Amino acid sequence: MSDHQVDRGKRRFLVAASVAVGGVGAAAVAVPFVGSMFPSERAKAAGAPVEADLAKVEPGMLLAVEWRGKPVWIVNRTKEMLDLLGKHDDKLVDPKSEQPQQPDYCKNETRSIKPEYLIAVGICTHLGCSPTYRPEIGPTGPTPDWPGGWLCPCHGSRFDLSARVFKDVPAPTNLVIPPHKYLTDTKIIIGIGQDGKEA
Amino acid sequence: MSTMQKLLGWVDERFPLTANYKAHLSEYYAPKNFNFWYFFGSLALLVLVIQVLTGIFLTMNYKPDAGMAFAAVEYIMRDVNYGWLIRYMHSTGASMFFVVVYLHMFRGLMYGSYRKPRELIWIFGVLIYLVLMAEAFLGYLLPWGQMSFWGAQVIVNLFAAVPVIGPDLAVWIRGDFVVSDATLNRFFAFHVIAMPLVLIGLIVAHLIALHEVGSNNPDGIEIKKNKDPVTHIPLDGIPFHPYYTVKDILGVVVFLMVFSAIVFFGPEAGGYFLEANNFIPANPLKTPPHIAPLWYFTPFYAILRAVPPIFGSQFPGVAAMGLSIVVLFFLPWLDRSKVKSIRYRGWMYKTWLALFVVSFVTLGYLGLLPPTDTATLIARICSVIYFAFFIAMPWYTKFDKTKPVPERVTG
Repeated sequence: MSDHQVDRGKRRFLVAASVAVGGVGAAAVAVPFVGSMFPSERAKAAGAPVEADLAKVEPGMLLAVEWRGKPVWIVNRTKEMLDLLGKHDDKLVDPKSEQPQQPDYCKNETRSIKPEYLIAVGICTHLGCSPTYRPEIGPTGPTPDWPGGWLCPCHGSRFDLSARVFKDVPAPTNLVIPPHKYLTDTKIIIGIGQDGKEA
Repeated sequence: MSTMQKLLGWVDERFPLTANYKAHLSEYYAPKNFNFWYFFGSLALLVLVIQVLTGIFLTMNYKPDAGMAFAAVEYIMRDVNYGWLIRYMHSTGASMFFVVVYLHMFRGLMYGSYRKPRELIWIFGVLIYLVLMAEAFLGYLLPWGQMSFWGAQVIVNLFAAVPVIGPDLAVWIRGDFVVSDATLNRFFAFHVIAMPLVLIGLIVAHLIALHEVGSNNPDGIEIKKNKDPVTHIPLDGIPFHPYYTVKDILGVVVFLMVFSAIVFFGPEAGGYFLEANNFIPANPLKTPPHIAPLWYFTPFYAILRAVPPIFGSQFPGVAAMGLSIVVLFFLPWLDRSKVKSIRYRGWMYKTWLALFVVSFVTLGYLGLLPPTDTATLIARICSVIYFAFFIAMPWYTKFDKTKPVPERVTG
């Protein structure tokens, strides 16, 4: 080796510059890898709106259709069911649907466009299980004063027949009402809203 | 010199074969007082070998495709020669991995194996445990049964609870808006390549760190403090080979007897190793009436369920579950006791450890059950004890009355 003194300042600068440039390069290379894990174009296209026929749903019954791979429930609520909806507001977390879990045109007591037809995404807002439909009213339900609704089998969250969450259960919010719109009196499309907005 | 010795000499000049053999086996001195609890490290290594080997042969017939995965597993079970055996070895191996790892970790808690100078061994160990959990979770999606699907759905949605970026993060992990073919395909890639590579790297680090500082023992005495003045070999140490290799072979034989009994006579283990609902193909529109993760995740699952949502967010429960594992990393610094081993600790540590074990097992049991009000209450009490064990540790280990530790290891 020569007897030149090592220029430590220059060495530190070169090391820092190499690390910085190398780091930027590594971050740039990470972009395509991280990006490749987002939904592909095909997966995004599969999220198109779906149509459903309400005439098939008899009073009190639930029909599940698939939209974006999720179950969307269509419930034909009877008069008796609808009458019970306003009677347990004190037991609900969000009885007035203040949180943005539904389109504006469904921000009402029945959380629907037409009172009898509830359209809701059947995925628990806790951890994504699909709650079980428990339409029976009274003590045969999950609680003694059961007004009809859903019980999540995973963690015991309960929802009423407007898909509003009860207090003291793991789910924090009401179930999501997807954007939907009436094409005819008995036909809806899920994924496009009454206001024309897409999900 | 014989031909073999010449050959060995030729290798040693080019690769430190004999040096490594000595450093890690014939001249690695381990304390002479290892007991029953010291079987589980080597058994974990055995299970790893079983999992890698059976895993390689399973991939030869498995198809990571949402339309074909369930049928591929049935094909392995019914039509592939010995496919049932290889698959049952793999599924039993997964559960047995956690059995030996939990016993291995408990051994560390009892004898203070995480204490200075073994903090990094412990940290590598906790990382191994984390990767093992990820590996087990990723692998559980592959049979594409109902529990596979809904289990993955629940766990991926844990990430969705993270504030702000949560929903996008969950979509990124799944590669779709729901658990789908894209999710299955990437979980397969992580399960068979990414996680095993990381796991093996961490195990190597765990062992290098262990052989650097030397093994702890049931007395928690550093055997390197008492060395033979001439040979510098610890007086209480014996060479790992042949003494502990022979001892471990005994452990391996007994373990394989238990393992084979499960594989041949009860591979489902009453629904604990293979859940009944997973014999139904995945159906995204129908959640099974009761979802519980496999038994080795249930303590953490019970903690998750025990925390109620705060300010309309389920994040606190998710955070509590994450913290219940993160807190393990800090154990070496939370313990302020003068002694390492439970043999010389006072009643406080013993009581806390007993409470901790009881709560952990109780949480594990509650995590299997459907949630009820009583179960949630008990789970909350046990979760508090779980965290209190760690949070209160600096105090109760400091004030605990300890017994004098002998100079040399006892029997």
